[in-house]
Amino acid sequence: MKFAYVVLALMTMMSGALAANQPDPAADLKAFQGYFQHRFPKVPLSAYVDGPYTFSESERAQWKQIMEFPPYQFALDSGKTLFEAKFPNGKDYASCFPNGGIGIAQDYPKFDPKTGQVVTLGSAINQCRVANGLDTLKLTKGDMADLLAYMTYTSRGKPIDVVVPDDPRALAAYQAGKEYFYSRRGQLNFSCSSCHVQEAGKHLRGNVLAPALGMTASFPIYRSKWGDMGTLVRRFIGCDKKVKSAPDKPDSATYRDLAYFLTYMSNGLPIAGPGARP
Amino acid sequence: MAHQILVRAQTAGGSTTVEALVKHPMDSGFVKDAAGKLIPPHYIEVIEFTHNGKVVLTGFWGPAVSQNPFIKFAFKGGKSGDAIGVSWVDNKGETANTTAKIM
Amino acid sequence: MNDADQGRPRQPRRREVLAGVAAGGVALLLPPVARAAENVGAANAAIYPTKAFAQKSEAAALQALFGKTPVPSAKVTMDAPDIAENGAVVPVAVDSSLPDVTMVALLAEDNPFTLACAYKIPPGTSPAISSRLKLAKTTKVVAVTESGGKLYSTDKQIKVTLGGCG
Repeated sequence: MKFAYVVLALMTMMSGALAANQPDPAADLKAFQGYFQHRFPKVPLSAYVDGPYTFSESERAQWKQIMEFPPYQFALDSGKTLFEAKFPNGKDYASCFPNGGIGIAQDYPKFDPKTGQVVTLGSAINQCRVANGLDTLKLTKGDMADLLAYMTYTSRGKPIDVVVPDDPRALAAYQAGKEYFYSRRGQLNFSCSSCHVQEAGKHLRGNVLAPALGMTASFPIYRSKWGDMGTLVRRFIGCDKKVKSAPDKPDSATYRDLAYFLTYMSNGLPIAGPGARP
Repeated sequence: MAHQILVRAQTAGGSTTVEALVKHPMDSGFVKDAAGKLIPPHYIEVIEFTHNGKVVLTGFWGPAVSQNPFIKFAFKGGKSGDAIGVSWVDNKGETANTTAKIM
Repeated sequence: MNDADQGRPRQPRRREVLAGVAAGGVALLLPPVARAAENVGAANAAIYPTKAFAQKSEAAALQALFGKTPVPSAKVTMDAPDIAENGAVVPVAVDSSLPDVTMVALLAEDNPFTLACAYKIPPGTSPAISSRLKLAKTTKVVAVTESGGKLYSTDKQIKVTLGGCG
């Protein structure tokens, strides 16, 4: 039964691409969330934002203790300071975003009809900097992670609301992200879905594999292993390296499209970032 | 800003609970950097907490205390608005301190 | 602290600690940097149990720190995970129902250096302390409490596994 359902779910997700080559994000979303709900019927959708801690009591208890005084607190403080600072030209980040940049993280990544590209919140921050005569920030950690931590924090609890408009370029970007997610790569020949769909909730040595559903909701994260904050794209790069595949550039269309697909799959789940992970 | 200390102190039932998160690498001296060179030990040795100037806890830390250390403890007394002081010194002689008010 | 190590009697060292502490109290009024230097900084060299932190066994570390050995006691409790999610950040909370606790120490038997941390508990401060430790591998973690001049301990085996997620 379970297996049949999984096959059916996966087929539903693939069918659009295989049959008419016409992506159907809404149908994918239903199948994707349905797969997890079917496999873990007791886990409410919103609980998936807790990542690996959705599944393991012992890890959850340790996490709760760490969350008593979350290690991303430094990043939040610094992110707020950075966000509120004026640029040399007198403008600020707020001037680049709807609602002054507050409570908008749930709408990213966004498709930009002007350029035909997917814009993550990180790349939007960099666009804002360039528009104001500043250098871009590294997208993986440091000031960028701190800014994202703060901006994400102002969206906490808001349901993720990524839109894939009916524009062939947006659908193509979505489809590229989806294909990346399901394609095996690297010397270990793993896809993202190998670990984060099929094996979600199981152990990979000492770590519990986080489900792909809800995964983006807690980024950026303070990762104990890094001893530092990192963005979603930092994690993409880490996973690619782990399966021994050459990672892409942080601002590559590949990773932006992947973020687009992956975040879209969590539509409706609440923003929980910044987060803390092992 | 390099050496931040975040403090939260709350009083309830005649006792004050203090939680602090300290930004520090706490390098043990056993870990190698990306280039394969050992990162020399760099860790806080003594951390001291005061309540209105009186010491309420002295911690002696070795390299086995986690990076960006967290500590939670409680003492009798303390009221809203009282000053909680935190200061530390590490094995390189660097220091930092902060003062927070009991909530 | 072990005084024999330093070749000094116990009481004067205590006073030294208190002197350092008093200086710290006054220094609260000084500008931040100066205060830090005068506060912990000045007292540090005198009170940090360097030798205890350099020991590679529980017995040697306790001998260096306290000059005595503990007896197991159910009145010392430790809350720590059975399996650490990440050996670099293991939440460990100690508590004790013993009266007049003056010192609390945590030791990890199989760490490169056994003593992890020690806390001096003045009157009025609870012996319950939570912090986060690094454990190099699966090890016995020992919590030691000094009460009425005697040492009491409890221990727990904490399993440390290797992460798989890079």
